[in-house]
Amino acid sequence: MNTRALPLYVTIGIFLLAYLVFWLQFPNILSTRVVGNLLTDNAYLGIVAVGMTLVILSGGIDLSVGSVIAFSGVFIAVLLRDTGLHPLAVFALLLGLTTAFGAGMGFLIDRLAMPAFIVTLAGMFLARGAAYILSIDSVPIQHPFYQALQGAYWLMPGKGRLTLIGVLMVLTFVLGMIVAHKTRFGASVYALGGGEAAARLMGVRQGRTTVLVYAFSGAMAGLSGIVFSVYTGSGYSLATVGTELTAIAAVVIGGTLLTGGAGYMFGTFVGVLTMGLIQTYIVFDGSLSSWWTKIVIGILLLAFILLQKGLLKLSQMRLAQDAIRGT
Amino acid sequence: MLLTIRSLTKTFPGTLALDAVDFDLRAGEVHALLGENGAGKSTLIKCLTGAYRRDGGTVTLDGATIDPQSTAHAQELGIGTVYQEVNLLANLTVAQNLLFGREPRRWGLIDGRAMRRQARAMLAEYGLDLAVDRDLGTYSVAIQQIVAIARAVALSGKVLILDEPTASLDAAEVRMVFDVVRGLRERGLGIVFVSHFLDQVFDLTDRVTVLRNGRKIVTTDTASLDRVRLIEHMLGRELEDATGDQAVARGPRPPMLDFSGLGRRGTIEPFDLAVGQGEVVGLAGLLGSGRTESAELLFGLRNAHSGTATDQQGPLDLRSPRSAIAAGFGFVPEERKTDGIVADLSIRENIILGLQARRGWARPIPRAEQNRLADDYIKRLDIRNSGREKRIGELSGGNQQKVVLARWLAMNPRFLILDEPTRGIDVGAHAEIVRLIHQLVDQGMSLLVISSEIDELIAVSDRVIVLRDRRHVAELTGDEIAPGRIMQAIAATEAA
Repeated sequence: MNTRALPLYVTIGIFLLAYLVFWLQFPNILSTRVVGNLLTDNAYLGIVAVGMTLVILSGGIDLSVGSVIAFSGVFIAVLLRDTGLHPLAVFALLLGLTTAFGAGMGFLIDRLAMPAFIVTLAGMFLARGAAYILSIDSVPIQHPFYQALQGAYWLMPGKGRLTLIGVLMVLTFVLGMIVAHKTRFGASVYALGGGEAAARLMGVRQGRTTVLVYAFSGAMAGLSGIVFSVYTGSGYSLATVGTELTAIAAVVIGGTLLTGGAGYMFGTFVGVLTMGLIQTYIVFDGSLSSWWTKIVIGILLLAFILLQKGLLKLSQMRLAQDAIRGT
Repeated sequence: MLLTIRSLTKTFPGTLALDAVDFDLRAGEVHALLGENGAGKSTLIKCLTGAYRRDGGTVTLDGATIDPQSTAHAQELGIGTVYQEVNLLANLTVAQNLLFGREPRRWGLIDGRAMRRQARAMLAEYGLDLAVDRDLGTYSVAIQQIVAIARAVALSGKVLILDEPTASLDAAEVRMVFDVVRGLRERGLGIVFVSHFLDQVFDLTDRVTVLRNGRKIVTTDTASLDRVRLIEHMLGRELEDATGDQAVARGPRPPMLDFSGLGRRGTIEPFDLAVGQGEVVGLAGLLGSGRTESAELLFGLRNAHSGTATDQQGPLDLRSPRSAIAAGFGFVPEERKTDGIVADLSIRENIILGLQARRGWARPIPRAEQNRLADDYIKRLDIRNSGREKRIGELSGGNQQKVVLARWLAMNPRFLILDEPTRGIDVGAHAEIVRLIHQLVDQGMSLLVISSEIDELIAVSDRVIVLRDRRHVAELTGDEIAPGRIMQAIAATEAA
């Protein structure tokens, strides 16, 4: 069997198993209401994780996204409060800004041959600082267009609400899957993550690919910021602290190799849902502290890192055996 | 003539890597490019593949002068390359690797089905039927090499450069790759074959070009060449004043170290080795014959699967370099830049490194003592520099090597292993290092010297051990230590 897809199957298996166990205890957890909320509550996380998946596949990391989401919220709220711009115009402005911000970080990472960790860490402080400059307080958003966005949902059978932002997340994942698996750009991303030297020999344009990867992540962080502002109805510079790490966790639980080059966009989707499911369970249970979410996520992360190491060992052993048998 | 190179010249700071080299490649031939390390093979290839820009000379392909700017550009011109490793991406599927950058698309998106079909068709030309959806990394190295060849041929299609493609293959796999190469020769490609396995050169190639020290020595039909002649071309007989003097016969030495049955599966066959006090043992053999591997076993860099090491007091522990150093061993490695020096540290820091490591970090050597040591060795070894605080990376190769030697001398080892001690060093410094070896021996130190230069071995060795195909095959002493005898021993084929 090809070991490439094994982490993905494990992820899906764990998700289904967890759902089954929770369902046995709380049959309601299978209702469309819970499913709808799962999508809505995790929409911003899922969208930002799409960008993060691509970055990690390329062998990089983007620590700036949590701050960029917070900046986006404040940016939108302040602009809507102080100017007469339509929200759609503000969205376009914001997406342009965060995409350029990501592209700038990608450019520095490539040109200066600096670790992505440190460049995006600087980006994290910059974006958070910019949010503080715009406003220290939480700024409410009271534009009628926003109320329309918040009220937009499709009532599923069973009274579950499939909200606009939930659908947007699913669409973003579809986009992510196309980009990662169906374009030459996506192939270049996998190639870079597999090995820069070999990728260059095969004709990957390393600089262009790196800039595009971080630009994509910046755009996703901006989109996630929009969704988050719709979800909370405000912009707050202290929001989404540590979201970049939650996104990384979702990507790794989704079976993507943290060193790059292997993984699936769909895995990240399941990873996000798994994390959301645990949260939902804790809410259902009612007696558990919400910190249990963190503990379970910690255990899951550890398990996946061990799984990936084990798979690596396994495939190396199999190769060695093949070599002995002379196949 | 498919590819013609005239007076190709390439210089790097301090060295002339290629000195007016001529090279021809016909369509439909396999042309071996041979030479020891530092002969200029890789520089020549990198000039062809666009990794380096040439400083002088012309390269003509199909009658047109070319100047490759990058690997991609060379591929477009028609020159494809397969390296020993790092060719393709193990994390992508076979089909993705074959068609990377040229994936068939429909409505802008990669058409997976068409891609798999094309990949299968490409492999069918080479008689391979693989699951093209599987990761390339799940296939053996031989299959990966053939996939790399298929990709290179599909991309370029005129000239194929094979840079030691068989280095990590076993005999059956080599045959498999060679069948593919012969098929391409039939199709009229010009193939440059770089290898240090002479059997393979005689088996596969039509013509041979030998480089040495950046110069072309000879181009000739493979069939008209015998092994001894070929090795003579590769190793050369350039007597230099300083290295020309024979080691004085100094009679038998008192025994000191005894290694028996030391070996490691897949690396080096078990061998016995006795080293006397104040004796110099030379290791001769071609690249890849197991010289360096023998040394690494002795120094604990690789662990032996079998065998024992003893001295007059009893058994020695050689499980790690640390324990080998504790037993009084020293090792000057071949790759000076990566394994020998710490380029960003000063001369002083490089010299005291080993001594300090042995004392432990809790007991730093006083700065005054460090300065005294450094100045002492700078004077004794005549390390030319502008002060002991100079970054060692800025020194010339010869001076760097003297600093590495000084590091070991400061620790006063009884047995010092020198792996290619004069590689990449200019003639003057070369002579000094040989002189230094004589001095050390006079002081009673025992040495193991590995060298590709036969004259150097003759100049310093009391005894020469010849290696071939990862085996110690001959031991020469006294009058037997002569160029002809050594080359014959290297060239002799198995009685098969």
